[in-house]
Amino acid sequence: MPLSPLQLCLLFSSALFCVGLVGALARSNAILVLLGIELMLNAANLNFIAFWRYGSASAPAGGVLFAVFSIAVAAAEAAVGLALIIAIYRHQRNVRLEEANRLKG
Amino acid sequence: MNPAAESSLERAPIALREFVTGRLPGPWHWLANSLITIVLILAIFGLLFAILTLAERKILGRVQNRPGPNRTGPFGLLQPIADGIKMLTKEDIVPRAADHVLHFLAPVTLLAFSILTFAVIPFGREIVPVRLDAGVLYFFAAGAATELAIFMAGWASHNKYSLLAAMRALAQLISYELPLLLAMVPVVMLAGTLSTVGIVEAQGAWKFGLVPHWNVFTPWGFAGFVIFMIAALAESNRSPFDLPEAESELIAGHLTEYSGFKYALFFMAEYFGMCALSGMAVTLFLGGWQPPLPFLGFIPSYVWFAAKLITLLLGFIWIRATFPRLRIDQLTRLAWKFLVPLALVNLGTATFWGLTTGWGAGGQVARWAVALALVILPFVAIGRSLSRGVAPRTYRYA
Amino acid sequence: MTAALILIALVTVGSAGVALALRNLIHSALLLVASWAGVAAFYLWAGAEFVAFAQVLVYVGAVSMIVLFAVLLTRRSRTELTLDSPSLVRAAAALLIGGALVGILFGAIIGTGIETPAGAAPHVTVRDLGTQLMTVHPAALLIVGAILTVALLGAVVIAATERKEGGDS
Repeated sequence: MPLSPLQLCLLFSSALFCVGLVGALARSNAILVLLGIELMLNAANLNFIAFWRYGSASAPAGGVLFAVFSIAVAAAEAAVGLALIIAIYRHQRNVRLEEANRLKG
Repeated sequence: MNPAAESSLERAPIALREFVTGRLPGPWHWLANSLITIVLILAIFGLLFAILTLAERKILGRVQNRPGPNRTGPFGLLQPIADGIKMLTKEDIVPRAADHVLHFLAPVTLLAFSILTFAVIPFGREIVPVRLDAGVLYFFAAGAATELAIFMAGWASHNKYSLLAAMRALAQLISYELPLLLAMVPVVMLAGTLSTVGIVEAQGAWKFGLVPHWNVFTPWGFAGFVIFMIAALAESNRSPFDLPEAESELIAGHLTEYSGFKYALFFMAEYFGMCALSGMAVTLFLGGWQPPLPFLGFIPSYVWFAAKLITLLLGFIWIRATFPRLRIDQLTRLAWKFLVPLALVNLGTATFWGLTTGWGAGGQVARWAVALALVILPFVAIGRSLSRGVAPRTYRYA
Repeated sequence: MTAALILIALVTVGSAGVALALRNLIHSALLLVASWAGVAAFYLWAGAEFVAFAQVLVYVGAVSMIVLFAVLLTRRSRTELTLDSPSLVRAAAALLIGGALVGILFGAIIGTGIETPAGAAPHVTVRDLGTQLMTVHPAALLIVGAILTVALLGAVVIAATERKEGGDS
């Protein structure tokens, strides 16, 4: 059975999501973990656009708006996340997540 | 519709292209048209690049009271060709410790993205390479990628000066991206479209048959134009904002480890970026291809665009010859404490301007007065507060 | 059309995968930028121009810059950029979880016969988007603005160093 374009889009986004997930789980560098999470967010965005493209026409711009908002929030998340990483680095002189396990300063 | 729009001269480039590609079937026709457009853009701006380097050296020479290049050909006219041959025949040196892939990719990426920005600029009434609904956004998106290339160049060279310069360049480009975008926003807001064609067409009438409706002739537009041009200077790494390649501090910045053809590519990308940003400034503020006076409409629109573009480029060169380079702290302070607040205030001014279009004759005077005050007062106030405690300099020995 | 989609997907997922497996952080970051650009290419393919350009502007232009800054600010020497390889147990566990998830998702997607209407992409102009934002979702727009402002301020507060009097910061 040939796959429909929507199925291909969904396969694409789930593959991207899983790559991000594996990256976030396997690496110990905080920056790479954050980038893995960003990839997962992007994969979710892909789904919004895919369903907008092949979905019903009841809300003509819904998917696009969702994706735009999601990009804005992802940008905010990246800024705060990387600021946190810099703060961690100042504290323990490296960015390995295993060692960032103390609440005390 | 203006009869000039239909004149044969106006349509000549398009008609010529159709003459060449008209016989081809559907998709091939489209492909051939696109290829011809791309080749033409590359050829014209490549030529402009060659002429500009010569003009820059000539003008800088004249400003500094020396003749400039005058040995190759009559008046030094063959200088660009000589430069090109020199660049091409030089040895291409790559440091042993360099990151070879990135070292090669950096100039290519930079040039590719600076060429991409030309795609949405309306060069004439009929000559628009790509008509995009979100053209302005495309322009800035393509321009944003050049920062990445500069970082790649600095990092791949494995040289502390290059890396420092790359960090500086990033800080500078990010800082000046904000005023650049904020100066663009009022234009988009009042034109009601993100398409470059729409923005030019919105500036297409004359007040009293004399003063064109260009954005630069409104209070907010003038302020926006000045902010945009300052930010454009910084974005294209031109003097007085050429800190990333400040030779007295950082050798040649991110270009230190580049030689031969790759260096030429960087040089070319800088000029292309300058041309693209000037073209955008012409589109956003100077009415694009619109003639300045109604009866001058018989001259084809692309001539007007070229004239405005070249005027702005000469302005860039003049500024380079005149102003000393800023320090890095002055540079970032100028962006964050001066240009960004002014651009934000300018957004408010433009909003006021847009909301009061319906005022009567007396109201128009009040509208101009309020808008001018909204432009001048913040400028004076912020300028004063920034230079507080700094006495005017007296140059005793100069 | 489908061939273009498959190509985009391969480039995007491939560069993302290689990026997260590399040991050189700068290479990882740059490859991830390529992957984000691939996502933007997908948006273009799907006909969502505005989102594609926004994606390039935000990810390629801004987020990549912050990432590169973070990479350069959190290292002590150049050699430290190459990380020690992750522990094998963790990598194996992560791969197992990821593989299981891929299996489940792929099975679900392929197993479900989703009917796709054969129509062209819905055409949404920038003007439509703006009208929708301002009339239907003004609250969301305001909230996003507030989130971005707060996030920016928060990031500055977290990352800024307190300069000690007379000492080096």
